[in-house]
Amino acid sequence: MRVEALLLLGLAVFFTITGTVYWFTSYEQAGTLMLIGSALLGLLPGAYYFWWSRRMEERTEDRDDAEVAEGAGTVAAFPGSSIWPFVLGVGLALTAVALVLGIWTAVPGIALVISALVGVTVESRRGGTV
Amino acid sequence: MILPPGDRRFRGTLARVGRAVASREASGRMKGHKTRNAVVLALGAVGLSACQLPNFGGYRGSTAQGYDTHELYAGAVIAAIVVGVLVFALITWSVFRYRARPAKGGDASIRMPRQFHDNPVLEIVYTVVPVIIVGVLFFFTVLTENNVDAVSTHPYASIKVTAFQWGWQFNYQGEGVQIIGNDVTQQYPQMVVPTGKTVRITLVSNDVVHGFYVPAFNFSRYAQPGIVNLFDLTVTHSGVYRGQCTQFCGLYHSEMVFTVKAVPAAQYQSWLRAEQANQADHPSQAPPPLQPSSKYHIQYGY
Amino acid sequence: MTITQERAPGAAGAPFAGEVLPDHDEGPSGLLKWISSTDHKVIGKNYLYTSIILFFISGIMAMLIRAQLSQPNSSLISFQQFNELFTMHGSLMLYLYAGPFAFGGLANYVIPLQVGAPDMAFPRLNALSYWLYLSGSIIMVSGFLTAGGAASFGWVGYAPLSSVTNSPGTGPDLWIIAIALTGFSAIFTAVNLITTIFYLRAPGMTMFRLPIFTWNMLVTAILILIAFPVLTAAMVMLFADRHFGTHIYSVAGGGVPLLWQHLFWFFGHPEVYILALPYFGIVTDILPTFSRKPVFGYKGMVFATMAIAGLSTGVWAHHMFTTGAVLLPFFSLLSFLIAVPTGIKFFNWIGTMWRGQLTFKVPMLFAIGFLFAFLMGGLSGVLLASPPIDFATHDTYFVVAHFHQVLFGTAVFAAFAGFYYWYPKMTGRMLREGLGKAHFWVMFIGFWLTYVPQYVLGLRGMPRRIAVYPSGLGWTFMNQLSTIGASIIALSFLFMLYNLWVSWAHPIPAGDNPWDAGTLEWWASSPPLHHNFVNLPRIRSERPVWDANHPEHDKAHRPSAIARMAAMSANGQTGGNGHAGGNGQAGDGTTGSPGSAGAH
Repeated sequence: MRVEALLLLGLAVFFTITGTVYWFTSYEQAGTLMLIGSALLGLLPGAYYFWWSRRMEERTEDRDDAEVAEGAGTVAAFPGSSIWPFVLGVGLALTAVALVLGIWTAVPGIALVISALVGVTVESRRGGTV
Repeated sequence: MILPPGDRRFRGTLARVGRAVASREASGRMKGHKTRNAVVLALGAVGLSACQLPNFGGYRGSTAQGYDTHELYAGAVIAAIVVGVLVFALITWSVFRYRARPAKGGDASIRMPRQFHDNPVLEIVYTVVPVIIVGVLFFFTVLTENNVDAVSTHPYASIKVTAFQWGWQFNYQGEGVQIIGNDVTQQYPQMVVPTGKTVRITLVSNDVVHGFYVPAFNFSRYAQPGIVNLFDLTVTHSGVYRGQCTQFCGLYHSEMVFTVKAVPAAQYQSWLRAEQANQADHPSQAPPPLQPSSKYHIQYGY
Repeated sequence: MTITQERAPGAAGAPFAGEVLPDHDEGPSGLLKWISSTDHKVIGKNYLYTSIILFFISGIMAMLIRAQLSQPNSSLISFQQFNELFTMHGSLMLYLYAGPFAFGGLANYVIPLQVGAPDMAFPRLNALSYWLYLSGSIIMVSGFLTAGGAASFGWVGYAPLSSVTNSPGTGPDLWIIAIALTGFSAIFTAVNLITTIFYLRAPGMTMFRLPIFTWNMLVTAILILIAFPVLTAAMVMLFADRHFGTHIYSVAGGGVPLLWQHLFWFFGHPEVYILALPYFGIVTDILPTFSRKPVFGYKGMVFATMAIAGLSTGVWAHHMFTTGAVLLPFFSLLSFLIAVPTGIKFFNWIGTMWRGQLTFKVPMLFAIGFLFAFLMGGLSGVLLASPPIDFATHDTYFVVAHFHQVLFGTAVFAAFAGFYYWYPKMTGRMLREGLGKAHFWVMFIGFWLTYVPQYVLGLRGMPRRIAVYPSGLGWTFMNQLSTIGASIIALSFLFMLYNLWVSWAHPIPAGDNPWDAGTLEWWASSPPLHHNFVNLPRIRSERPVWDANHPEHDKAHRPSAIARMAAMSANGQTGGNGHAGGNGQAGDGTTGSPGSAGAH
């Protein structure tokens, strides 16, 4: 966890420095804001990881000497096949296209988005598939 | 007709760079001039067997500013060739020298190379050396950049260039002379400038982003709505130079051509008088001045 | 069903010898499988094939552009058509091919395998990314079907040319929507990749044992998170300007057109490295494999990747040097400095090959082709980092040649290096060597013939994106050379298509590790079964499969061993074959081990 945290915090430090130098040499707002935003992008998750990295036991993937057997057991839960990402993707695309082609594509689009959200929730609760 | 940029007048490059540095020292703005002179001379010694840098396919620059750019370009290309040939040779050597050979003893399998995987000293060397190279390039870049972007306080002539879809308007400020041409007339507008004199260009755009580009001057600058760009051109060679819009600006981008005609100052003055008389006599024929649509101009200029 | 993935306990390196467990993904087959799969391998292949199709469509546009430019005053296609073609050529290549091929296709397929994970961290989000990408692509291409034609303001869409007065019509709107959709797709994939790399690594796979490809994809994913939200925001504002009456980019209402350039290039320059870094990673995986050595300067590679990524976010305005409104020295210096980590990478690549035993299989040829192409593109890039030289060449064919050499080097040479490299893993079939080599050599010749004349054209003053040029300027011959070169490149892909067909019709089984590679994906079977691994080798370096297959080199990564080996080689002994394995780990020669299905 430590390396991951330091990677993100390093990002924050780098962009803080760059942003500061940039602001005081150019006084240009757009670029400075984007650099500050990038610094925050590193800072927020980085600080969170760092906080945890000092409080949690090292994971097997953080240790040089870990054996595969130590990682035996449950890795994570992965969903099986699911139609809902497809439905959601098509729904979102139709909804977005409504901005261009007119409101008529938004009707099926929003319907698909809602049904996908319901579908994926139900699927997760039941542990079902397709 | 487009004249090739002459290059006879620019012998003695080294002396010129030296003078440029010397003049800066005289102005008291730079310290440590001995080192800098040494660097200039070192680069010169690498790049110049004769007194003139090769042009590597580019223009030598028919303006004073463009000539500085040419020198920087030539020096940078020499550096790039040196580095490029070195890396190219290393890759080629690796490819030919270390191709797989069968293992000893007639075994068909490939011999196993030594499994080394770093060399910290070497890695530091090839980190530091590129830093030095780009440092030198950056130093010369800043020198040239300051020359190219320098704006004089008392230009000989001042021309406002307005780019629009799809043509150019040249407004000789304080002289009452305007030249205009666009893609419809197919009459490419011609900007007449004096040689050997500093001409101030004030560049604006009427609609979208355009690019004022004269290849033979080694120079281009965006013409943008809302931004006024100032720069100086000191054309050193008489001739007619083709210019064209570089920044894509819509349907007839390809047709946005203009020419720059550089003539000696006396000839420029007589042209200006004739044009003034002509445009005063025939006010209806004089094209109307274009006004940039914006009320929110921001003044810029390097 | 939701599957709780178990890792087999007794997997300490012994090759799997028992019965193959049945694939527990009892999902649908056929079209429904393609639509409903959440398996990273299916989605990755979807991405790959979709992006290659878009690459071919975009290539056809490039051929039309080159055909138009092969003659002065050509009237093969109209101005409007030409403008649409180069806009869509750029948009398809950059937004829909080069990026998605790398982070949607190869990364999606390879990263979970390389880190020893059963799948991506969020499989359904992964599928959603693909569907957004596909629908975005269809929407963008469908711009050609609208009455006003597709977008025609260049892939950069500079304001105010992209405003509704200058570019009316549905085509530009579809372009904006498509980029927003694919932008979200990229962001989702980036989140997915970062989470997978941070949380789903195998035991012992520490961050500094990740293969360089994975490292580069991690850094790329972070760059995506920095860059793409800015692009999407810029697009939303552009859409608002066009249709909702805002004046963010219009001077008339008090807006700032230059803001578009700042926002766009704050995305656009990191985007260049989003397109380049994954391909650096591919090459960094391929060179060690075919040199039979570990990567040279592993940590240097990682830090160079980070340095490139960091610097790339601080150089956006080097695309704006000629605006007269940006801070020249800051952006010039940072742009120059990118040459340093890139140089480190180059020397590390050479160091990887140095004293190796190089075999020139097709992926290796493409990787070396990348080195040459990128060397040339990179050097001309250093020139362009200097503002005065940029003034002289900005928006001319010099720049066109520069970025095509860079992007062709990465997104074509390195991309197809990766394609040829991982194709046996993805399909379990080999591609034919002879056809692959023909593809490489024809393309390599075409590449130089296409782009070197464009440098000359740029230096002689030919602006980019012009539909016609007059004769008498000395541009004709170089343009013709370039067109011939482009035709040769197009021809070379026929070899690849034929190769794919031959491989499909007359399969040659690949085996699990046809290249004797070292990274973890070669431990799984070819193609890997659902959820990838049933057992894993012990992980003690960035190439665990190599360690397992060549136990005699096991200690090669310890500094003491290096010193000892250096001493030995000084004594005239070659190679490190005399070392005992000493860790009790079983190896099975050079074929890898048959991985197999996961357990319930």
